[in-house]
Amino acid sequence: MNYEAVIGLEVHVQIKTKSKIFTRVAAGYGHEPNTLTDPVVLALPGALPVMNKAALDAVIKAGLLLGCDIAPVCKWDRKNYFYPDSPKNYQISQYDQPICLGGSVEIELPGAARNLLGQHKKIPLTRIHLEEDVGKLNHGATDSLVDYNRAGTPLMEIVSEPAMHTADEAFAYLTSIRATMIYGGISDCDMEKGQLRCDANISIRPVGETKLGVKVELKNLNSISFVRDGIAHEIKRQLAVVERGGTLVQETRDYDGQAGTSQSLRSKEMAHDYRYFPDPDLMPVKVDEAWKQKLRTECPELPFAKQERFFKDYQLPYTLTSVLVWDKDLADYFEEAAKLSGKPQAAGNWIVNDLLRELGAAKLDLLTSKVRPTHIAALVQLVDSGAVLTHAAKEIFVEMFATGDDPGAIADRRGLKAAPTDAGELEQWCRDSIAANAKALAEFKAGKDSAINAFKGSIMKAAKGKANPKLVDETLRRLLAAS
Amino acid sequence: MSSELFLRPITELATALDEKKLSSVELTQTVIARTKAVDGRVKAFNSFDESDALTQAAASDARRAAGQARGPLEGIPIGLKDVIAVTGQPLTASSKMLANFVSPYDATVTQKLKHAGAVLWGRLNCDEFAMGSSTENSAFGPTGNPWDTTRVPGGSSGGSAAALAAGEAIATLGSDTGGSIRQPAALCGVVGLKPTYGLVSRYGLIAFASSLDQIGPFARTVEDAAIVLGAIAGHDERDSTSFKTDIPNYRAELATRKGPWKLGIPKEYFGEGLDPEIATAVEQAITFYQKQGCEIKEVSLPHTRYCLDTYYVIATAEASSNLARYDGIRYGHRSKNAADAVDLYSQSRAEGFGPEVKRRIILGTYVLSSGYYDAYYLRAQKVRTLIRQDFLNAFRDVDALLTPTSPMPAFKIGEKADPLALYLCDIYTIGVNLAGLPGISVPCGLTKSGLPIGAQLIGQPFQEANLLALAHAYEQAHEWRNQHPKL
Repeated sequence: MNYEAVIGLEVHVQIKTKSKIFTRVAAGYGHEPNTLTDPVVLALPGALPVMNKAALDAVIKAGLLLGCDIAPVCKWDRKNYFYPDSPKNYQISQYDQPICLGGSVEIELPGAARNLLGQHKKIPLTRIHLEEDVGKLNHGATDSLVDYNRAGTPLMEIVSEPAMHTADEAFAYLTSIRATMIYGGISDCDMEKGQLRCDANISIRPVGETKLGVKVELKNLNSISFVRDGIAHEIKRQLAVVERGGTLVQETRDYDGQAGTSQSLRSKEMAHDYRYFPDPDLMPVKVDEAWKQKLRTECPELPFAKQERFFKDYQLPYTLTSVLVWDKDLADYFEEAAKLSGKPQAAGNWIVNDLLRELGAAKLDLLTSKVRPTHIAALVQLVDSGAVLTHAAKEIFVEMFATGDDPGAIADRRGLKAAPTDAGELEQWCRDSIAANAKALAEFKAGKDSAINAFKGSIMKAAKGKANPKLVDETLRRLLAAS
Repeated sequence: MSSELFLRPITELATALDEKKLSSVELTQTVIARTKAVDGRVKAFNSFDESDALTQAAASDARRAAGQARGPLEGIPIGLKDVIAVTGQPLTASSKMLANFVSPYDATVTQKLKHAGAVLWGRLNCDEFAMGSSTENSAFGPTGNPWDTTRVPGGSSGGSAAALAAGEAIATLGSDTGGSIRQPAALCGVVGLKPTYGLVSRYGLIAFASSLDQIGPFARTVEDAAIVLGAIAGHDERDSTSFKTDIPNYRAELATRKGPWKLGIPKEYFGEGLDPEIATAVEQAITFYQKQGCEIKEVSLPHTRYCLDTYYVIATAEASSNLARYDGIRYGHRSKNAADAVDLYSQSRAEGFGPEVKRRIILGTYVLSSGYYDAYYLRAQKVRTLIRQDFLNAFRDVDALLTPTSPMPAFKIGEKADPLALYLCDIYTIGVNLAGLPGISVPCGLTKSGLPIGAQLIGQPFQEANLLALAHAYEQAHEWRNQHPKL
């Protein structure tokens, strides 16, 4: 029998607000343990939560970016369970009325080849809700310590429909969410800092069956590649169980990305009863049309829409767009260089091939690079006008990257500009070359246009490689037409 | 001034302070001496910090000398129920769980009292986590009623009522979730006001049932209550449930709000179980208002009989969650017998909480459980809406309701061993909390055996000024405020 996997993801995204979700104390990462705390974070007797509007703004914005319906009221519920990382022993969350409903995440699957556009799909979302993060336990040999710095950091949970079928889809889904959140300024989505976390619900069923199979929840997928590997591993495990005649049980499993194995954490019978009820400490908040409209105006163009536009407006090849559009700063940088230079593809090539390589080698980022879009545009124009040859331009780029100097000035200083400027001298070299290549002349006259290249080698040699190729070409054609 | 300074109202003492006939240090010393003299019998205090109070009093005197007195509460010793946070002072909720807890922060009402110049004086006993109607549920032992120390002062704010009645403070704060200010005020013969839900910030009040809890004043007179309410009321950005509303000058409004009032008498509040002496006293109060020209109208609150059940579902559900934070991990009682983390919770909570708190946590956990939520919690919320609607319907015809505060006067310590019998103490007060309304208890007589009786006035939302004016009119025409227990 043939089986298919069904995958749903629960993705937690930490929202980057200045302060925590229910109090004024700062949110942050990497601080001394228990310094980002106050009576509310520590759940001291009598402390009360007050909602941080910025966190609600962020999740509404995320919902608008992903095409969700935004609930007219933001309502809070308590999720009750005891765990030492949870200071109140309940988590303030949203149960039956999430702030965002529906929507979808557009993904691109791997193409047939690296340089080909892959298939696009929309993965439907069930909901997005807002909640508070918990603290962190650090287990020692004989005791456990708890750090509440993370507790109360605003967190959104994005829940997909069980609508993915392969590990690649899950990988693409997470990649797309990450880009959307970074684009929207909602989160930096650094998985190492726990800003993006993922649990996967995985089941298998015979192809053609519409009912879902027995669900396994896979936890601790701590990096995007672990998500792909963990899901692939779990699908394989489930198939193996079924193939040898075994029965799958509903359970939660813990994935060990280093070892590439998983083990059962708990079965369905041990599932929590969270005793959700509306939090009486927090009033529901109305989200009106004006509020949503204001946030709509802050929504940026997302990567796939940008890619479409880059195809259409700049006629860029897929390979350039697939690098440019995933980083908003890079895409903005490109657009500026493209507009200044008037040669989008050439600008794109310099950015994707040369600039990113140099930045990578120097371990610098785009925003601190001395090479600005004006530099790229100037360099493109130097090459395009024939004033600088490609191999010279590469040299200029390296120096420009190091110094931030104007490419024209570097070319002048280093003598890298195309030469000669004396038209008479160039014409003489051209005449000499035509005279010496009777065979090529005959071929050209017979209509073989590429025969013109045969004349150029000796001209370049005479010019010591600095002749302006555009000028050489024009001069040759003029002389050939007359001869 | 009279030798019994500690029994004078704020209004008189403030005048004496203003006229330099008295200093805050002298007044505070008198209150401290009185406390030391009688609290061995009354046991209203869980703790007090004499030198801290005198330091505050000296600072108050210095402000006054510098012409920077902050109003009628400047230099007045005010006691706080031991569920309201004061920086550097114990905050125990009368529970073993928090027996050694010292608050690192101030409640909003604490800050407001400090800004008003008051001298914060002592930590007042109550039922553990404010759960009870007699102050017998305190882990530190019961408080005695100053009128008869073998009897309860009511609860849960029994320490606040008893301390005031005994002259151990000039005014006090309590909290009221189902009657915990009004009922002890009635049993101890003082004024007790539960404000409209949302009028006074709950920030820094140890939560029992968040949707019902309100802080309010105990005072010797209605005017004193108006002064203290004016100091603590107002929107607080640290409490999302606090309401943005203009706070009138309650004290000044006492003289300007004159009626004629329409008073409703809810028939359901005069039925079976009401002590006949209390019924008579309240009927005399009704007659008084009638003679004053008030229109008296019988009204019906048909869902009254569901109040107690509704209350014990909602209050315990919220409490079961609110009290989850007391786990022995970050602060509070931590069991020495725990084997692991889960056991640490179980043991710490088993050892730290008393039986009534455990009973309510178990009940609240049950009503929120999967499969029971709809039948209990959700249904209780719906009934709560009906109960509130009852009151709002009545208020279409009347300005306020007049009822007994408690069905019985102070009973003997240990007399009511059955928890359900104790729950019945609150039948006239609980509806006000469920409906979020303001309610005030004013002394309206003494039983033949010399125990105080209270009448309750229930007002429209945020109409505390009307309620206080009504209560003031009655109080000024009677002498009950000048009756004091003999200790």
